[in-house]
Amino acid sequence: MSHDPYIELRNVSFGYGKRQILSNINLRIPRGQLVAIMGGSGSGKTTLLRLISGQVRPQSGEVWVDGKNVATMNTRELYVHRRKMGMLFQFGALFTDLSVADNVAFPLREHTALPEDMIRDLVTLKLSAVGLRGTQTLMPAELSGGMARRVALARALALDPELMLYDEPFTGLDPISLGVIAHLIKRLNLALGTTAVMVTHDVHQSLNIVDYVYFVAHGEIAAEGTPDAVRQSDSPWLKQFVHGDPDGPVHFAYPAGTSLADDLSQGVR
Amino acid sequence: MFETLASPFRHLGALTINAIWRLGFAARFLGAIVMQSGQSLLRLQMTIREMYFAGVLSLIIIIVSGLFVGMVLGLQGYNTLSRFGSADALGALVALSLLRELGPVLAALLFASRSGSAMTAEIGLMKATEQLDAMSVMAVNPIARVVAPRFWAGVISMPVLAALFNVMGIFGGYLVGVVMIGLDAGTFWSQMQSNVDLHYDVVNGLIKSLVFGVAVTLIAVFEGYDATPTAAGVSSATTRTVVTSALVILALDFVLTAFMF
Repeated sequence: MSHDPYIELRNVSFGYGKRQILSNINLRIPRGQLVAIMGGSGSGKTTLLRLISGQVRPQSGEVWVDGKNVATMNTRELYVHRRKMGMLFQFGALFTDLSVADNVAFPLREHTALPEDMIRDLVTLKLSAVGLRGTQTLMPAELSGGMARRVALARALALDPELMLYDEPFTGLDPISLGVIAHLIKRLNLALGTTAVMVTHDVHQSLNIVDYVYFVAHGEIAAEGTPDAVRQSDSPWLKQFVHGDPDGPVHFAYPAGTSLADDLSQGVR
Repeated sequence: MFETLASPFRHLGALTINAIWRLGFAARFLGAIVMQSGQSLLRLQMTIREMYFAGVLSLIIIIVSGLFVGMVLGLQGYNTLSRFGSADALGALVALSLLRELGPVLAALLFASRSGSAMTAEIGLMKATEQLDAMSVMAVNPIARVVAPRFWAGVISMPVLAALFNVMGIFGGYLVGVVMIGLDAGTFWSQMQSNVDLHYDVVNGLIKSLVFGVAVTLIAVFEGYDATPTAAGVSSATTRTVVTSALVILALDFVLTAFMF
């Protein structure tokens, strides 16, 4: 496995209007590694994925992917960049007017001139890889959440991408589907040598499959390390996050600005 | 005190700036659609598929509405014309009313309600469920793949639907005037033939419906693409499509009529 950075973010800051989401982020993801980005809700994890895919541009800083700065690409360059990339969306984002087979065939039909019988065979192979051979004629509305996620994974892998981005791939899955998807992600990373970035809340499942973890909090990289280092860390922040403790440096409640007693007594006055 | 007085003006100013900004955005959006239309023409089956949803599935409402509008025109026209002893001119009245005004305007209003709202809801829901993002991440331009085929399907379907509306309306007028009331069929058709000019009446009416088709479809795809990606956002975008389309059709109709007739 090569260790030159396939993805590198240098001093990246991003915000929506006056709301700052990410501040001065630096991270390096070596080629061929499976890396997780974790953090609380609203911490800016998905924004990091959107920066890497070029869906949003940083207010300052550089986003380097495979030796090219995504932040300065024009639309044409961005589309060339995205042809080497697959992305699994949180809820699959399957095209609801297309069947399972047509969904998986979509990138093949758009970007290759392969004959239809070859596309059909490739679709069958991709669906077989995610354990869904035989679902070709089903429509997305006929699939369970886990099945839809697996079809979306097959579609994302259709062009054998160099880079895979996973946005919350484990959300809302039953334990069996979760284990299957996690196993698939790891197996595809090893078999294809794909560089993969996974945004997730699922600490335990992720630590079992990833090579490295970044923790994002308050728009900054709060901690990083290998799964073993994370498990053995003495950092109170990491301990609270990994064990899901309610008490610790990370506050669960939104900073309301007034006391609960004051809010409740407002109705009595 | 000053703040209270200034507030309505500030609100009005914000509304005006927002309206101008959206108009500019819609114009740039139209430019982007035209620039990205190559795929719609090269892969014609995408546009034909959308023509089925926008045009063919609107046939029932267009045919039934056209028939009833023509029948009402026949009844009202006969009542009015017979007061002046000109009941024989019913064929010309029905045809001219439909070809010049009612056909293009009512067909466009029905098209906006039936197909325009559906386009907005579909594109808005595709946005809300990240389907447009997924397409873009797969290096497929959603304007080329989703918006342009729907736009051209609407533009092509609208004049055809207006023409069908006219045909059904004239048939409705014939049913009432000739079959129901008992006017002479030969007089009905000959009055129509001698008073309707192909270029002045028929072609101008079709040009109107083509302009309405561009306006309604642009509003529909723009509102869908610009919708806030939530249930409430898609709902209000759909409402805006119908309301804005209706106002734009009526305003454009006045301008076009002033120039054409």
